[in-house]
Amino acid sequence: MGGKEEMKPYRRPVPNTWWLMRRSYFLFIVRELASVFVAAYSVFLLLVIYKLGQGPEAYEGMIELLRSPALIVFHLVVLAFAVYHSITWFNLTPKILVLFVGEVRVPPLLIAGAHYFAWLVLSALVAWVILRA
Amino acid sequence: MSKSNEPIWWSLFAAGGVVSAFFVPILIIIIGIVLPFGLVGDEPFVYERIHGAVSHPVTKLLLFFLIVLTFFIWAHRFRYTLVHMGLHKARSVISVFCYGSAIVGTILTAIILWQI
Repeated sequence: MGGKEEMKPYRRPVPNTWWLMRRSYFLFIVRELASVFVAAYSVFLLLVIYKLGQGPEAYEGMIELLRSPALIVFHLVVLAFAVYHSITWFNLTPKILVLFVGEVRVPPLLIAGAHYFAWLVLSALVAWVILRA
Repeated sequence: MSKSNEPIWWSLFAAGGVVSAFFVPILIIIIGIVLPFGLVGDEPFVYERIHGAVSHPVTKLLLFFLIVLTFFIWAHRFRYTLVHMGLHKARSVISVFCYGSAIVGTILTAIILWQI
Protein backbone atom coordinates (compact mmCIF):
# COMPACT_ATOMS: atom_id res chain seq x y z
CA MET A 1 0.00 0.00 0.00
CA GLY A 2 0.81 3.56 -0.63
CA GLY A 3 3.65 5.57 -2.17
CA LYS A 4 3.97 9.29 -1.70
CA GLU A 5 1.63 9.98 -4.61
CA GLU A 6 -1.24 8.10 -2.96
CA MET A 7 -4.43 10.09 -3.19
CA LYS A 8 -5.84 11.18 0.12
CA PRO A 9 -9.59 11.25 0.58
CA TYR A 10 -10.94 14.70 1.34
CA ARG A 11 -11.64 15.29 4.99
CA ARG A 12 -13.98 18.06 5.90
CA PRO A 13 -12.26 20.06 8.63
CA VAL A 14 -13.95 19.70 12.02
CA PRO A 15 -13.48 22.48 14.56
CA ASN A 16 -12.07 21.37 17.91
CA THR A 17 -15.19 22.69 19.60
CA TRP A 18 -17.43 20.14 17.83
CA TRP A 19 -18.39 18.60 21.15
CA LEU A 20 -20.05 21.84 22.28
CA MET A 21 -22.33 21.96 19.28
CA ARG A 22 -24.85 19.34 20.25
CA ARG A 23 -26.16 18.05 23.55
CA SER A 24 -25.52 14.43 22.53
CA TYR A 25 -21.90 15.23 21.61
CA PHE A 26 -21.42 16.99 24.93
CA LEU A 27 -22.88 14.06 26.89
CA PHE A 28 -20.56 11.73 24.98
CA ILE A 29 -17.54 13.73 26.15
CA VAL A 30 -18.89 13.83 29.71
CA ARG A 31 -19.21 10.04 29.57
CA GLU A 32 -15.64 9.68 28.33
CA LEU A 33 -14.26 12.09 30.92
CA ALA A 34 -16.15 10.34 33.74
CA SER A 35 -13.32 7.80 33.49
CA VAL A 36 -10.92 10.52 34.71
CA PHE A 37 -12.90 10.84 37.94
CA VAL A 38 -13.26 7.09 38.39
CA ALA A 39 -9.50 6.57 37.93
CA ALA A 40 -8.75 9.53 40.21
CA TYR A 41 -10.86 7.86 42.86
CA SER A 42 -8.74 4.74 42.53
CA VAL A 43 -5.66 6.85 43.23
CA PHE A 44 -7.41 8.18 46.34
CA LEU A 45 -8.35 4.62 47.35
CA LEU A 46 -4.66 3.68 47.05
CA LEU A 47 -3.80 6.55 49.38
CA VAL A 48 -6.35 5.27 51.93
CA ILE A 49 -4.87 1.75 51.67
CA TYR A 50 -1.37 3.17 52.05
CA LYS A 51 -2.40 5.06 55.22
CA LEU A 52 -4.04 1.89 56.53
CA GLY A 53 -0.70 0.13 56.09
CA GLN A 54 1.07 2.86 58.09
CA GLY A 55 -0.68 1.87 61.32
CA PRO A 56 -3.63 2.91 63.53
CA GLU A 57 -2.61 6.57 63.89
CA ALA A 58 -2.27 7.23 60.18
CA TYR A 59 -5.58 5.43 59.65
CA GLU A 60 -7.38 7.57 62.26
CA GLY A 61 -5.95 10.66 60.60
CA MET A 62 -7.39 9.48 57.31
CA ILE A 63 -10.82 8.98 58.90
CA GLU A 64 -10.66 12.55 60.27
CA LEU A 65 -9.81 13.78 56.78
CA LEU A 66 -12.78 11.87 55.34
CA ARG A 67 -15.03 13.86 57.69
CA SER A 68 -13.83 17.20 56.31
CA PRO A 69 -16.29 19.13 54.09
CA ALA A 70 -13.79 19.22 51.21
CA LEU A 71 -13.57 15.44 51.05
CA ILE A 72 -17.32 15.02 51.37
CA VAL A 73 -17.80 17.35 48.40
CA PHE A 74 -15.06 15.44 46.54
CA HIS A 75 -16.92 12.18 47.13
CA LEU A 76 -20.26 13.62 46.01
CA VAL A 77 -18.74 14.91 42.76
CA VAL A 78 -16.94 11.65 42.01
CA LEU A 79 -20.10 9.71 42.91
CA ALA A 80 -22.11 11.67 40.33
CA PHE A 81 -19.59 10.83 37.60
CA ALA A 82 -19.28 7.20 38.72
CA VAL A 83 -23.07 6.72 38.61
CA TYR A 84 -23.16 8.37 35.18
CA HIS A 85 -20.45 5.94 34.06
CA SER A 86 -22.46 2.97 35.39
CA ILE A 87 -25.73 4.07 33.77
CA THR A 88 -24.18 4.78 30.36
CA TRP A 89 -22.25 1.52 30.53
CA PHE A 90 -25.30 -0.61 31.33
CA ASN A 91 -27.32 1.14 28.65
CA LEU A 92 -24.61 0.22 26.12
CA THR A 93 -24.49 -3.47 27.05
CA PRO A 94 -27.41 -4.58 24.83
CA LYS A 95 -25.58 -3.11 21.82
CA ILE A 96 -22.46 -5.19 22.50
CA LEU A 97 -24.11 -8.25 23.99
CA VAL A 98 -26.53 -9.52 21.34
CA LEU A 99 -28.00 -12.78 22.61
CA PHE A 100 -30.30 -15.24 20.91
CA VAL A 101 -32.46 -17.92 22.44
CA GLY A 102 -33.09 -20.20 19.49
CA GLU A 103 -34.14 -17.84 16.74
CA VAL A 104 -35.42 -15.13 19.02
CA ARG A 105 -33.24 -12.21 20.04
CA VAL A 106 -33.21 -11.50 23.76
CA PRO A 107 -34.83 -8.04 24.09
CA PRO A 108 -32.21 -5.29 24.67
CA LEU A 109 -34.24 -3.98 27.61
CA LEU A 110 -33.95 -7.34 29.34
CA ILE A 111 -30.15 -7.35 28.97
CA ALA A 112 -29.82 -3.82 30.33
CA GLY A 113 -32.35 -4.64 33.05
CA ALA A 114 -30.38 -7.70 34.12
CA HIS A 115 -27.30 -5.52 34.50
CA TYR A 116 -29.18 -2.96 36.59
CA PHE A 117 -30.50 -5.76 38.78
CA ALA A 118 -27.00 -7.23 39.18
CA TRP A 119 -25.74 -3.72 40.07
CA LEU A 120 -28.30 -3.50 42.87
CA VAL A 121 -27.56 -6.98 44.20
CA LEU A 122 -23.76 -6.55 44.08
CA SER A 123 -23.97 -3.12 45.77
CA ALA A 124 -26.14 -4.58 48.55
CA LEU A 125 -23.67 -7.46 48.92
CA VAL A 126 -20.65 -5.14 49.17
CA ALA A 127 -22.48 -2.91 51.68
CA TRP A 128 -23.42 -5.96 53.76
CA VAL A 129 -19.88 -7.38 53.78
CA ILE A 130 -18.28 -4.06 54.74
CA LEU A 131 -20.88 -2.68 57.14
CA ARG A 132 -22.01 -5.71 59.15
CA ALA A 133 -20.18 -5.60 62.45
CA MET B 1 -3.40 -5.56 7.53
CA SER B 2 -0.68 -5.13 10.10
CA LYS B 3 -1.06 -6.72 13.51
CA SER B 4 -2.63 -4.48 16.08
CA ASN B 5 -2.36 -4.54 19.85
CA GLU B 6 -5.78 -2.88 20.06
CA PRO B 7 -7.58 -6.07 21.27
CA ILE B 8 -5.44 -6.12 24.45
CA TRP B 9 -6.29 -2.53 25.35
CA TRP B 10 -9.91 -3.01 24.38
CA SER B 11 -10.30 -6.11 26.61
CA LEU B 12 -8.80 -4.28 29.58
CA PHE B 13 -11.07 -1.33 28.82
CA ALA B 14 -14.19 -3.50 28.62
CA ALA B 15 -13.34 -5.41 31.80
CA GLY B 16 -12.64 -2.10 33.54
CA GLY B 17 -15.92 -0.64 32.35
CA VAL B 18 -17.97 -3.51 33.78
CA VAL B 19 -16.10 -3.88 37.07
CA SER B 20 -16.04 -0.15 37.83
CA ALA B 21 -19.71 0.25 36.84
CA PHE B 22 -20.68 -2.42 39.36
CA PHE B 23 -18.42 -1.61 42.31
CA VAL B 24 -17.15 1.99 42.33
CA PRO B 25 -20.41 3.81 43.26
CA ILE B 26 -21.10 1.67 46.35
CA LEU B 27 -17.50 2.05 47.55
CA ILE B 28 -17.74 5.84 47.21
CA ILE B 29 -21.06 5.84 49.11
CA ILE B 30 -19.61 3.75 51.96
CA ILE B 31 -16.25 5.56 52.30
CA GLY B 32 -17.38 9.08 51.44
CA ILE B 33 -20.91 9.28 52.91
CA VAL B 34 -21.78 6.40 55.26
CA LEU B 35 -18.45 6.61 57.12
CA PRO B 36 -18.08 10.40 57.65
CA PHE B 37 -21.75 10.89 58.60
CA GLY B 38 -21.60 7.91 60.97
CA LEU B 39 -24.73 6.38 59.45
CA VAL B 40 -23.98 2.93 60.88
CA GLY B 41 -21.72 4.02 63.75
CA ASP B 42 -17.94 3.70 63.91
CA GLU B 43 -17.76 0.01 64.70
CA PRO B 44 -17.42 -1.34 61.13
CA PHE B 45 -14.53 1.02 60.51
CA VAL B 46 -12.28 0.30 63.51
CA TYR B 47 -8.65 -0.09 62.51
CA GLU B 48 -8.23 -3.79 63.43
CA ARG B 49 -11.27 -4.88 61.46
CA ILE B 50 -10.45 -2.91 58.29
CA HIS B 51 -6.76 -3.74 58.44
CA GLY B 52 -7.53 -7.43 58.90
CA ALA B 53 -9.98 -7.43 56.00
CA VAL B 54 -7.83 -5.45 53.57
CA SER B 55 -4.64 -7.40 54.28
CA HIS B 56 -6.40 -10.69 53.47
CA PRO B 57 -5.00 -12.06 50.17
CA VAL B 58 -8.44 -12.40 48.56
CA THR B 59 -9.32 -8.78 49.36
CA LYS B 60 -5.96 -7.65 48.02
CA LEU B 61 -6.56 -9.49 44.77
CA LEU B 62 -10.05 -8.00 44.37
CA LEU B 63 -8.79 -4.48 45.14
CA PHE B 64 -5.89 -4.97 42.74
CA PHE B 65 -8.20 -5.82 39.84
CA LEU B 66 -10.70 -3.10 40.66
CA ILE B 67 -8.07 -0.34 40.96
CA VAL B 68 -5.93 -1.41 38.02
CA LEU B 69 -8.88 -1.86 35.65
CA THR B 70 -10.10 1.68 36.34
CA PHE B 71 -6.66 2.90 35.20
CA PHE B 72 -7.06 1.07 31.91
CA ILE B 73 -10.58 2.31 31.24
CA TRP B 74 -9.23 5.81 31.85
CA ALA B 75 -6.27 5.23 29.52
CA HIS B 76 -8.46 3.97 26.69
CA ARG B 77 -11.13 6.65 26.90
CA PHE B 78 -8.78 9.56 27.62
CA ARG B 79 -6.61 8.57 24.68
CA TYR B 80 -9.51 8.73 22.26
CA THR B 81 -10.96 11.86 23.83
CA LEU B 82 -7.72 13.76 23.26
CA VAL B 83 -7.49 12.54 19.68
CA HIS B 84 -11.16 13.39 19.03
CA MET B 85 -10.56 16.85 20.43
CA GLY B 86 -8.06 17.57 17.73
CA LEU B 87 -4.69 16.17 18.80
CA HIS B 88 -4.52 13.81 15.79
CA LYS B 89 -0.87 14.49 15.17
CA ALA B 90 0.21 13.45 18.65
CA ARG B 91 -1.75 10.21 18.70
CA SER B 92 1.19 7.86 19.25
CA VAL B 93 2.64 10.07 22.01
CA ILE B 94 -0.81 10.13 23.62
CA SER B 95 -1.11 6.33 23.48
CA VAL B 96 2.27 5.87 25.11
CA PHE B 97 1.43 8.45 27.79
CA CYS B 98 -2.00 6.95 28.59
CA TYR B 99 -1.19 3.25 28.60
CA GLY B 100 2.21 3.99 30.13
CA SER B 101 0.57 5.82 33.05
CA ALA B 102 -1.83 2.92 33.52
CA ILE B 103 1.08 0.48 33.62
CA VAL B 104 2.95 2.64 36.16
CA GLY B 105 -0.28 2.80 38.20
CA THR B 106 -0.53 -0.98 38.06
CA ILE B 107 2.99 -1.39 39.45
CA LEU B 108 2.33 1.16 42.23
CA THR B 109 -0.92 -0.60 43.13
CA ALA B 110 0.89 -3.94 43.36
CA ILE B 111 3.59 -2.44 45.62
CA ILE B 112 1.14 -0.70 47.96
CA LEU B 113 -1.09 -3.76 48.27
CA TRP B 114 1.92 -6.04 48.72
CA GLN B 115 3.25 -4.02 51.65
CA ILE B 116 0.08 -3.87 53.70
